[in-house]
Amino acid sequence: MLVTLGLLLSCQLAGELVARGAGLPVPGPVVGLVLLLTLLVWRPGLRATVRPTVTVILANLSLFFVPAAVGVVANLDILSEDWAAILTVLLVSTVLAMLVAVGTFVMVRKTLVGRDE
Amino acid sequence: MSEATELWSYLAAAPLSWLTLTLLAYLAAVAVSRMLGNAALANPVLLSVCGIVLVLGITDTGYETYFEGAQFIHFLLGPATVALALPLVDNMDTIRRLVAPIILALFAGSLVAVISAILLGQAFGLSDMVILSLSPKSTTAPVALGISEAVGGIPGLTAVLVILTGIIGAVVVTPMMNLLRIRDWRARGFAVGVAAHGIGTARAFQVNQTAGAYAGVGMALNALLTSLIVPVLVYWLV
Repeated sequence: MLVTLGLLLSCQLAGELVARGAGLPVPGPVVGLVLLLTLLVWRPGLRATVRPTVTVILANLSLFFVPAAVGVVANLDILSEDWAAILTVLLVSTVLAMLVAVGTFVMVRKTLVGRDE
Repeated sequence: MSEATELWSYLAAAPLSWLTLTLLAYLAAVAVSRMLGNAALANPVLLSVCGIVLVLGITDTGYETYFEGAQFIHFLLGPATVALALPLVDNMDTIRRLVAPIILALFAGSLVAVISAILLGQAFGLSDMVILSLSPKSTTAPVALGISEAVGGIPGLTAVLVILTGIIGAVVVTPMMNLLRIRDWRARGFAVGVAAHGIGTARAFQVNQTAGAYAGVGMALNALLTSLIVPVLVYWLV
């Protein structure tokens, strides 16, 4: 567990340094993800080492959003009188994005399968 | 001061109380969610927040005090994002085979998420400030805040909108996909990852491991793409 935590934090730290150092618009943890990905491809043996801890972390991903989500309620007044319009925009836009993404994925995959087989 | 009030004033100020509350509220929320068969509306984030806000209200505790304790959990968002590398590697072979659907669905979903937010915001007469804060709503929180700041939005408002988007996506995705009779877990997961970032990904992992892995892919790729397209789209549309 500690080895995995050390590895995750090192990748994140290296990611932050790279992102800030190079002035990338991408946040540190995302660069850290790419770094860990590279490590796991380069050293496949590492996958078994990190698997138990990573599985626990990802199974409880929701937990890590709770403090920020509580902050939403604390800052609800920031939505002011526009809250109904804002919620409608969020709902419609999120549903549209999911529809278009899932539709594109399914259609392109079917087209390719039809071509291959 | 009586012993009881003394004890309470210690507890109320101690980060340990709020850290413990967050963890216990989450465990309770997960148990309730399981009891209800992982129903969409019984989202663990939503349930935990309701419970915690109730306790904070009753004890008259401010968010700053609460966050003193909760920050230790909040901090784990970073390492958890890095950890998504493992499901990515596990699914590398199928991802390689599905490169075309992934890239096209990413561009389509990401563009629609940003453009529809901007255009709908304008149709509803929202101020430019709100629209700018709204534009990166489908990206994971740390990325969205950076984008919002870069294009002149309010990062605090963006944080609120990002979390709400995640909860909306997590609640809507399963009933919507079932209604549309889409059974491809890869497509379902990928779509919710692109549209509703980490909260959508957490929901996907709750429903199906493959969906979760693809949601993680969608979230990570969308974080990269959105930070590139929002400045351009905002320049054109706002």
